[in-house]
Amino acid sequence: MGVSVLSIIYIIGAVTFIAGLKMMSDPASARKGNIIAGLGMLAAIIGTIFLYQNEDGSLLKNHIWIFGGILIGSVIGVLAAKKVKMTAMPEMVSLFNGLGGASATLISLVEFNHLSDLNFPAESATPGIMAILFAGIILGNITFSGSMIAWGKLSGRVKDFAFKGQHILNILLLVISIALSVYITSNLQGANTTILFYTVFLLSLVYGIFFVFPIGGADMPVVISLLNSLSGLSAACGGFLYDNKVVFTGGILVGAAGTILTVLMCKAMNRSLTNVLIGSFGGSKAAGDKKEQGSYKEISLNDSAVVMSYASKVMIVPGYGLAVAQAQHTCHELQKMLEAKGVEIKYAIHPVAGRMPGHMNVLLAEADVSYDKLIEMEQANEEFPAVDVVLILGANDVVNPAAKSDPSSPIYGMPILDVGLAKNVIVVKRSMKPGYAGIENDLFFQPKTSMLFGDAKKVLQDLVGEIKSL
Amino acid sequence: MESILKWIYANEQMIYILVLVIFLGFIVISRVPAVLHTPLMSHANAISGVVIMGAIIVMGRADADNYVALALGFLAVILGTINVVGGFVVTDRMLEMFKKKKK
Repeated sequence: MGVSVLSIIYIIGAVTFIAGLKMMSDPASARKGNIIAGLGMLAAIIGTIFLYQNEDGSLLKNHIWIFGGILIGSVIGVLAAKKVKMTAMPEMVSLFNGLGGASATLISLVEFNHLSDLNFPAESATPGIMAILFAGIILGNITFSGSMIAWGKLSGRVKDFAFKGQHILNILLLVISIALSVYITSNLQGANTTILFYTVFLLSLVYGIFFVFPIGGADMPVVISLLNSLSGLSAACGGFLYDNKVVFTGGILVGAAGTILTVLMCKAMNRSLTNVLIGSFGGSKAAGDKKEQGSYKEISLNDSAVVMSYASKVMIVPGYGLAVAQAQHTCHELQKMLEAKGVEIKYAIHPVAGRMPGHMNVLLAEADVSYDKLIEMEQANEEFPAVDVVLILGANDVVNPAAKSDPSSPIYGMPILDVGLAKNVIVVKRSMKPGYAGIENDLFFQPKTSMLFGDAKKVLQDLVGEIKSL
Repeated sequence: MESILKWIYANEQMIYILVLVIFLGFIVISRVPAVLHTPLMSHANAISGVVIMGAIIVMGRADADNYVALALGFLAVILGTINVVGGFVVTDRMLEMFKKKKK
C-alpha cells in the first residue's frame, strides 16, 4: 500500500517539475511554476522518508538524522537565499549548484563503499551499475569543484589563472579518469580497487578546478549553466543507482534544459561553446589590431545634465559596470527626475547585459524600475533613430560597432545595440580601458559620442544633483 | 555484446524515460525569453536538488554502527537540502520582483 502511494507521489512530483519548467517560460506564470515544482519536491521528499521500502520491504531508519540534516540544510538555505544581494545572484546560484553536485558525489561514494564491503557481488555490481556509479562521481565532482571556482571568481576571491598546455592537461585528466574507471570496472576484485577509486575521485575534482580556472568573467554565466546541466546528470546517475524514477526524471530534465540553455546563451553572444570553453576570446586579445584610434571628447556633468533635461527621448543602456557600482537605484532616481521634466525614458537591455542573461532585468526590477520601461534589443534598435540621447552606463562590448563592421574583431557577428543611430551618445565609464573582452571600442571615438568619466554610481548621483539645480 | 543487450533489456523503462525527457527538456526550454534566463537557471538548479531523495535513502538505509555511511549520508542530506530549499527560495525572490512590476 505505502509503496503504491509513493509511486503516485513520485509521478505527481515528476509532472510538477515538467509543468513548473514550462510555466517558467512566461513572466506572468513563472512564479507559480516555481512554487508548484517546489511543492512537488516537498511531497516527494516527505513521501520518501516515510513510505520508501528497501528490497526486503523494510522502511527507512535514522529519521532523527534525516530530519536533523533537512532542518540544518533548510535554515542555511533560506538564510542564504534571503540575505543574498541581487547583484550577487550568479555566485549564489553557482554555490547552490556546487553543493548539489557534492551531494550527488557523496551518494555514489556511499554506494561504492557499500558494494566494496560486500566485495562487489557479481549480481549487484554489474558493469552497467559501476559505469553509472563512476559517471555520478566524476560528474558530481566536476560540478562541485568547478562551481566552487566559479563562485570564487564571481565574488572576486579567485583570480583568472591559466598556463600553457592547460587544455592538454585538462583533456589528459579527463581521459585518465575515464580510463581508470573502465579499468576498475573490469577488475573489481583487484587489490588496488579502493586506491584507484580514490584516484579517480581526486582527478575529477582537480579537473573541475582546471576546467573553470581559465574561463573569463564574462563567460561565467555560460559555465554556470553548463555546470548546472552536469549536476542534473550526476543527480540522474544517483536516481539510476537507486532505481528512483523521480530523481532520474528530474536529473535528466535539468541536464537537457541546462544544455539547451547553455547553447542559447552562447548564441546570444554569437559564439560556439567550444570557443567559450577553450577561451580563444582572451587569447585573441594580443592579435587584435593596433590601428591608430582617433581622439575622444569629454563632456562635463553640467552639460550632460542640460542635454538630457531638454531631450524628448532618452535611452539608457545599462551594463555590467552598473551592476558592479550598485547604481541601479540611483539610476531609477535619475529616471524619475527626467520624467518629471517630461523626458521619455526607456532602458535598452541587451540579452547578455549584466553578469547573467536577464540579470539586468532583475537588478532594475529590484530598483523599482517598471517592467514596461525595459525594451529588448530588436525593439531598441528600431527606436534609436528617434532617440535624442543614449546614456551608456557601464556597457561596452554590447554597443561596440566592430561587431557589425570589422570581420577581424573577435566579437564580429554578435548582435549589438546600434546606439550610433541616435543623435547623441554619452558614455559613462571609469577610464578608456577596454572592456572584458579586451577589445577597443570605436564607438568612443565617433563624433556623436561624448565620454563622462567616473564611477557609475557617483556620476549618476552628481547628475541627479545637477538636474535638480537646473 | 550480449551483456549490453541484456542490460538494455533490463533497463528498458529508464532508457525510455531518458530519451523522452531529453526531448521534453529541449522543447520546454527553447521557448523561454532571455529575460527569464537567470531565474530559469536558478529554478533548474533547484530541481537538480532532487538528488536529495537519494541522500535520504542512503541515510535511512545505513546501519547504526556504520559511521562512515551515516556521516557521509548526513552531509549529503544537508548539502542537498541547501541546494533545494535555497534554490527555490532564491528563484521566488527574483520572480516576485518581476511580478510586482507587471500591471
